[in-house]
Amino acid sequence: MSEAKSPLSRRAILWAPLGLAAAGGVGFWAMLRGMRDGSYDPRGVPSALLGKPAPRMALPPVEGIELPTIAPEMLASPGMPVLVNFWASWCVPCVVEHPQLVALQRRGVRILGINYKDKPADAARFLVRHGNPFQALAADAEGRAGIEYGLYGVPETYLLDRQGIIRWRWAGPMMPDTLSAELDPLLRRHA
Amino acid sequence: MRALLFALLLAPSLALAVGRPSEMLPDPAAEARAQAIGRELRCMVCQNQSIEDSEADLARDLRRLVRERVAEGDSNTAVRDYVHARYGDFVLLRPPFNWVTAPLWALPAVLLGLGALVLLRMRRRLATRGGPTPLTDEERARLAALEKEP
Repeated sequence: MSEAKSPLSRRAILWAPLGLAAAGGVGFWAMLRGMRDGSYDPRGVPSALLGKPAPRMALPPVEGIELPTIAPEMLASPGMPVLVNFWASWCVPCVVEHPQLVALQRRGVRILGINYKDKPADAARFLVRHGNPFQALAADAEGRAGIEYGLYGVPETYLLDRQGIIRWRWAGPMMPDTLSAELDPLLRRHA
Repeated sequence: MRALLFALLLAPSLALAVGRPSEMLPDPAAEARAQAIGRELRCMVCQNQSIEDSEADLARDLRRLVRERVAEGDSNTAVRDYVHARYGDFVLLRPPFNWVTAPLWALPAVLLGLGALVLLRMRRRLATRGGPTPLTDEERARLAALEKEP
């Protein structure tokens, strides 16, 4: 090291680790903040189906419920944004989510339900008790439709655009602020 | 009494085995293939277990799916691709090489390259500075005088 450069490079050596640690700290703080306000989820993985057409498999209706099953045409090009909602009567977060689904349906949003690994009688009781937001309801007793969608668990909701392309996936219950912060802007954009 | 004790000792291992043999494929070669595929697939709800290791519902569904595909004669890559298309890169326990994972794979090489660069620069700097300056005639004379002293 030449004599003239020495103080500068020495200072650099002194500050570099500090700078690095500071940058790391800022990054970590941003992550924690994101986790608190919900904009960052370290376990969240984007759906592999985003930008792809919704899976179209023939599913039976739920026995004893007066709702048609999901017909492939409803998914192919619905002409308006459509929600596909996986739910089950045994799923507690689904109870939490249900008022939001009912509110969406009242606003005219089309919701197609997939009843996941449920007993038809329990599903019917659930809808009588909490209201029915679904325009069509299919039964996925084996969880096969779940795998086609890349489902983690219930509840899980997918937004299809007018062409039936999956634009958004929400794993877990949709809360009122999920609607205002995420879903409503998307519904407006794809309307 | 002894038989009862024996039965009690066996009970836990029986409890663990419940559900598994019925899942297995009758053909041992196909079952081995299904297990090899399953060990490469992550259980998405437990995240650090393969679907073969996990008792989660979703893992069981995927195990069944893998076995159905294998029984239908799909190749290992076909089965893996089927699950990959639905669950994304994260389902593969061995991350694939694509533009998202490229930094991950390239990092060791980049770090090694940086280290080599630093070493090279240090060596070059030593080389340009050259060795110690040769002694002047005066110094050589003094040294000779010093060496002559007993």
